Amino acid sequence: MIVEVGHYALVLALALSIVQSLVPMWGSRTGDRTLMAVAPPVAVMIGLFVALSFAALTYAHVESDFSLLNVIENSHSTKPLIYKISGVWGNHEGSMLLWVLILALFGAVVALFSRAMPLDLRATTLSVQGWLSAAFLLFILLTSNPFARVWPAPIEGQDLNPILQDPGLAIHPPLLYLGYVGFSITFSFAAAALITGRIDASWARYVRPWSLVAWVFLTLGIAMGSYWAYYTLGWGGFWFWDPVENASLMPWLAGTAMLHSAAVMEKRDALKIWTIFLAILAFSLSLLGTFLVRSGVLTSVHTFASDPRRGIFILAILVFFIGGALALFAARASALKPGGIFAPVSREGALVLNNLLLTTSCATVFIGTLYPLALEAITGDKISVGAPFFNLTFGPIFVPLFLAMPIGQLLAWKRGDLLGAAQRLTLVAALGVVGAIVLIAVRGGPVLAPIGVGIAIYLILGAFVEVLGRIIGRGVAMGTAVSRAIGLPLSTWGTALAHAGLGVTLMGLAATGWGVERIVVLHPGDLVELGPWSLKVEQITSAKIANYQQTSAPMTVRSSAGVVVAQINPARRAFQTRQMTTTEAGIATLDFGQIYVSLAEQRPDGNFDARLYWKPLVSLIWIGALIMALGGSISLADRRLRIGVAKRAAKRLTPSSLAQAAE
Amino acid sequence: MTRKGRRMALISSALAVGGLALGLVLFAMRDTVVFFYGPTEAAEKAKPGQRLRIGGLVELGSVQKAADKSVAFTVTDGTKTMAVTYNGLLPDLFREGQGVVTEGVLVSPGVFRADSVLAKHDEKYMPREVADALKKEGRWQEGAAAARPLDSGKKIP
Repeated sequence: MIVEVGHYALVLALALSIVQSLVPMWGSRTGDRTLMAVAPPVAVMIGLFVALSFAALTYAHVESDFSLLNVIENSHSTKPLIYKISGVWGNHEGSMLLWVLILALFGAVVALFSRAMPLDLRATTLSVQGWLSAAFLLFILLTSNPFARVWPAPIEGQDLNPILQDPGLAIHPPLLYLGYVGFSITFSFAAAALITGRIDASWARYVRPWSLVAWVFLTLGIAMGSYWAYYTLGWGGFWFWDPVENASLMPWLAGTAMLHSAAVMEKRDALKIWTIFLAILAFSLSLLGTFLVRSGVLTSVHTFASDPRRGIFILAILVFFIGGALALFAARASALKPGGIFAPVSREGALVLNNLLLTTSCATVFIGTLYPLALEAITGDKISVGAPFFNLTFGPIFVPLFLAMPIGQLLAWKRGDLLGAAQRLTLVAALGVVGAIVLIAVRGGPVLAPIGVGIAIYLILGAFVEVLGRIIGRGVAMGTAVSRAIGLPLSTWGTALAHAGLGVTLMGLAATGWGVERIVVLHPGDLVELGPWSLKVEQITSAKIANYQQTSAPMTVRSSAGVVVAQINPARRAFQTRQMTTTEAGIATLDFGQIYVSLAEQRPDGNFDARLYWKPLVSLIWIGALIMALGGSISLADRRLRIGVAKRAAKRLTPSSLAQAAE
Repeated sequence: MTRKGRRMALISSALAVGGLALGLVLFAMRDTVVFFYGPTEAAEKAKPGQRLRIGGLVELGSVQKAADKSVAFTVTDGTKTMAVTYNGLLPDLFREGQGVVTEGVLVSPGVFRADSVLAKHDEKYMPREVADALKKEGRWQEGAAAARPLDSGKKIP
């Protein structure tokens, strides 16, 4: 019964989405306030109905209702509760339902927090969001119904893919989708701006919190996915330039560019066309990612049972929305008047450079990801474009970006002082160079590692030069400095933290050059030297746990002084139902570095082949991403940017005040 | 600076960055792209010294593990074979009679030195590329290699 309610709620949500896509849009065309006022409550109701539907599917999974095909194929009665819940989105149908749930929730939340917006912009934005939810609800109901029943119901399910039976499944997909799908709202805002013609600084204020929310979640989602792949795949790698990973990186790059250009639009009323374009681009790339992952074009742990109809359906959605938005863009963009004027060397100029570099790097990822697919479709030749391609193209584009980041923060709006900025950065640049030289002398290793760390030092310290300059000065008392620090806008702190976070990630990436890798056979009692550590294999044991059999080789880690610093428990798990084995790496974090031991197949004599890694500073890669997300969240908390304040800002940013500001 | 000059500065810097990126992409495409061949295709198209991906089935009874960590095995597509040597740990799902993809350098015709053996596979324990290569040689029967009844993907990542 509950399952039927869930199914019915989904159909109702579709009906409401169709209402949403037509009525407020018509109201905004004809200026009918009553029709426009339909949008907010309907958006909330769509959110509630999809949430109800999602709750019904979750209930079926938790109760192990094996009359549902979706539950049979992805669950098992002995599965731990957390995987029964996260298993809801560990399959194609459920993950699409999560996708739509987040889409609908974003619509509902925007409806609740957009009272300050002009009614026509608000109604049109929610209406475009209604188009999106109608399309994807139709997709679910026609091709991927999670509520399909089976008769007679089997006694037991076929269990969830063991690789997915990991806490990562509870965290990674929801975070990633909140980011991915979160850009739908900036897309809807952009389309609505083009439709209503309200493309101005206040528009940028309305959008900024939502794009920041999406960006923060996408950053966390990508980082979490990377860490999950790192600890679960057993190869010690954290980024494989796999098309599925690239599919999430592209919206991140476009979204990051949009955040920065929206800042220019908000403060200076410039780069309007470009910001709108990036808002469309970011979500288009999210849609492209959904297509690549869900259509069966690629095979990956992210793709599930493929059905050609699904691919064609998503392709149709993709073409409709991207094509429609770009057509609208082409029709309306030329009517836009250019806004504030700025010199090439200025904060705006620096942000334009940021946009250029980010979108170019995004384009290289795009080419590297889609070229093999296109080539195979056209000529039948199969090629692989892997890490070497991306390292060679992505790296050289990102290095100037790294170098320019602290400089950009120090340039003033309209006309900046490049020499002055360079002078203020001399000290941190010198520290970076000294750091690199010292590391080359002391640690040696591949030359890119110390150079990368040097750039990272420059980036981390450079991120705070602006903040420090505004707090500390000659003859400023401690108390004054503290009160100035508190008085600084939170968005300034947010920017500094996010930039520093990227530096921290870079440091972690650079330090991989000093990694140590060994492949050995483990016998109980063995001592293995690994970088500065020594590992002792205590024993090899086997035990039955929950729904799997675990064989493990617990090890003790000692420092060079012989002190025990950590215990690790690398293991292999054999899952009976699916006849599959997973590798559980044994990981110990020591001084931001990690010892990583992964067992290969057991030898006939009971001993294990194993890969052992010592990865100095590797945890900084993900800590950096956390700092970036923290910076974004702090910026989000800024009073000036809070949702609702935008209305007053819109009044303040009248043409006359802009003209004054431009003088 | 005039509006026109500003626009020129913007356009020329965009062209410079775009041109740089295009150059990098073309350069990288020439040097880093690796072709995927089955043993038959490799015999026809590949030159010794070329970097390749070879895919096919691991021939039954061909796997020889040496005392050190090196392994030798034969990859077949049913028509031709390729002798592969590899120094390292084999992935979990490496089995005789099942699909495999290896990347490395063609030493001489029919002899391949792999530096990685990929564990990627789908629900039929068969890399898609390998399935296609076998189909090309007419050696692929849909479902014949299916180790599992379920239609759910499990390739990594």
